[in-house]
Amino acid sequence: MRKVLLGAGGLLGFLTVWQLVPRLGLVDPQYLPYVTDVLAWLVQEVRDLAFWRRVRLTMTSWAVGLAVATLAAVVLGTGIGMVPFLRRATHTTVEFLRPVPSVALIPLAVLMFGLQMRAALVIIVYAAFWQVFVQVIYGIADVDTVARDTARGFGLTRAQRLRYLVLPTALPYLMTGLRLAATVALILAVTAEMVIGNPGLGRSIELSRSAGDTVGLYGLVVVTGLLGVAVNVVFRFVERRSLAWHQSVLSEEAR
Amino acid sequence: MPDGSPLLRVEHLRKVYSSAAGDVEAIGDLSFTMQPGELVCIVGPSGCGKTTLLKCLAGLLRPTSGLVEMDGSPVTGPSPAMAVVFQEYGRSLYPWLTVRGNVELPLRHKKLSRAERDRIVTDALEAVGLPQSARSHPWQLSGGMQQRVAIARAIAYRPEVLIMDEPFAAVDAQTRADLEDLVRELHLARGISTVFVTHDIDESVYLGQRVLVLSNSPTRVQEDLVIDLPPERDQLTTRALPRFTELRTRVYQQIQRAKRGPAAAPQPAP
Amino acid sequence: MTALRATDARPRGLVTRIAVNVSFGFGLPVLIVVLWSAWSTRSTNRFLVGPLTILDAFRRTWIGPAFVDDVLPSLYRLGLGLLASIVLGVAAGVVIGSLRRLRDTLEPLLEFFRAIPPPVLIPVAMLLLGITDTMKVVVIVSGAIWPILLNTVEGVRATDSVMLETADSFRIPRRERLWSVVLPAASPRIMTGVRQALSVALILMVISEMFASSSGLGYRIAYFQRNYLVAEMWSGILLLGLIGVLLAVVFGLVERRVLRWYHGMKEISRA
Repeated sequence: MRKVLLGAGGLLGFLTVWQLVPRLGLVDPQYLPYVTDVLAWLVQEVRDLAFWRRVRLTMTSWAVGLAVATLAAVVLGTGIGMVPFLRRATHTTVEFLRPVPSVALIPLAVLMFGLQMRAALVIIVYAAFWQVFVQVIYGIADVDTVARDTARGFGLTRAQRLRYLVLPTALPYLMTGLRLAATVALILAVTAEMVIGNPGLGRSIELSRSAGDTVGLYGLVVVTGLLGVAVNVVFRFVERRSLAWHQSVLSEEAR
Repeated sequence: MPDGSPLLRVEHLRKVYSSAAGDVEAIGDLSFTMQPGELVCIVGPSGCGKTTLLKCLAGLLRPTSGLVEMDGSPVTGPSPAMAVVFQEYGRSLYPWLTVRGNVELPLRHKKLSRAERDRIVTDALEAVGLPQSARSHPWQLSGGMQQRVAIARAIAYRPEVLIMDEPFAAVDAQTRADLEDLVRELHLARGISTVFVTHDIDESVYLGQRVLVLSNSPTRVQEDLVIDLPPERDQLTTRALPRFTELRTRVYQQIQRAKRGPAAAPQPAP
Repeated sequence: MTALRATDARPRGLVTRIAVNVSFGFGLPVLIVVLWSAWSTRSTNRFLVGPLTILDAFRRTWIGPAFVDDVLPSLYRLGLGLLASIVLGVAAGVVIGSLRRLRDTLEPLLEFFRAIPPPVLIPVAMLLLGITDTMKVVVIVSGAIWPILLNTVEGVRATDSVMLETADSFRIPRRERLWSVVLPAASPRIMTGVRQALSVALILMVISEMFASSSGLGYRIAYFQRNYLVAEMWSGILLLGLIGVLLAVVFGLVERRVLRWYHGMKEISRA
């Protein structure tokens, strides 16, 4: 309880400082608008349908990109992860492609798909894919060797091993990958809109900036932050749930 | 101290923990003294506050009331005259340091020259039988060897009192026997006063010159037993002595009595 | 140990082993390059440029004045941003991690700030700091600091109580305890944070330059794209990829050295 109070206090303190800085003239209110103005803007926007449309557009790119990336990563990751030969053969390629910043591909995507959502999706999928893919590979590699040999000794088919042994072990890793990918996907969804200009929150941010609407700009920053928090909270919850289930199912010792 | 006053004095020690579920009285009314050069073992039923007592002695915990005095002055915090060997050697030794680095770390703050420090460290490692492991990391060594490193670290600190908190509980029986002999050897050779907490009754009788049996909550000293076995002890012969069996039986009986209910101390409180 | 497989039975000579490793390492990439080359010569898609053309453009574009004019400033900003992130992130992380009240007070704020997609702060930074080098470095820090800070807080908070008690029992002063015990114990977590910060920093370097710059790698690539200089653009992406890989490799080497004890421990516990 005390923790909640302290946290709320911190938040309040921050808002107060924010209000005071332009008030006291430390920074020109033109560059750092009053927190009260930003909050007022937020209240207004929340009642505007156009605002929610933009949110929907951003979240659609996010969701579609995340889904496609996850599907591809699970399929490829499982396929490659289960076959040691493939894992070794693809290792260097993966280690080279993974660090390439997805945003570096924006110009390419724009050239190929124009200034549209499709270009943004390519970027989102590329970045989110690696997060899930790597975790799936780790997860499959983590399957207890003894358990695997036992399973093989009992004559389980590959499909059965996959279902009863690999999947439960790899599931928590998948959830971690999903959480990381969800965050990355949101970042790139907004970023792509900022740079490419497909409609959504990111584009609004860029428009606010070029129009000099600083209140709107800060307001949108707050909105994206809140969205990020929401995504984080939801996926962390899912991850923790799957981890708890995982431990209760696979763990032999009582915790 | 030649004038016969005790090195360590504990008087009416009381420690109460307050928690969300209410107050827990870890130690009720504990009193004892220890002379310089003694090896005192402390045993008691599980949960009787042995570790709490140790932490109060070492200055890591403040008592709720009562007195802990060393060399005549009250213990208000960790003292340079005391060194502790913890039970969990895996967590007490620092994995990023070598064995030598671990033993040396507490010495870095005593005003010693580099050469002096090196000498002390080498001497300590030799005393515990690990001169060749100086460059290894603790996690590369077996459990018994790791605890030896912890002991070396404690004696390198040159304390007046060595405090050991169930140090051999996490070690296998054979290694434990070797380590017990090491403790006796160090005690005899260097004359370091030692407080040794254990749950192993045989160990307490084998090692100690005195055994303090603690009661259940509210914890007090239930029995203060003098171990009149010869100072030269041996795992095989000493443990076969009839007096050994008598003493361990007595300790065992006291502990059973302690487990059964609130302390009915056979000795009246001083 | 795992069951014996038929391929384990034969001992391999050194040359064979090297050959096998090399073919695994280079096999797929070479295959991809060959396929790409074949596809690009037959395809009419003008955005699919052959690898040889890309390499040629690479040589022409980046080996020369552009290196000094664009690549070095980018790397400089990246390096400075990362350094500042590490110093500030660890320092703040230590303070916040050590003081429980402070941590509880700041937690909602930190959760919020780290959830803001970093590129979103670029327009704000542009507003407050103009289009300067400082702005770009600040942008990098504003994104890269979070994984470092949060991981440091976690690492410091979770310092083993026995480790701390041991240090206290030997009267190691608080300050020394921080350097000699808390930080080394937290270093595996801090390194995790630094690794995450690397990718964030790289992304922010690129984006901030695409947006608000007249020099730098990101700027150049966007410039090529706007002017339909496709091969040059690809070469820029290739260079970015190489920089990303280089960063990862260097980090891997540093991490292995700094955390040698940690990896040693893990190996033993796994055996």
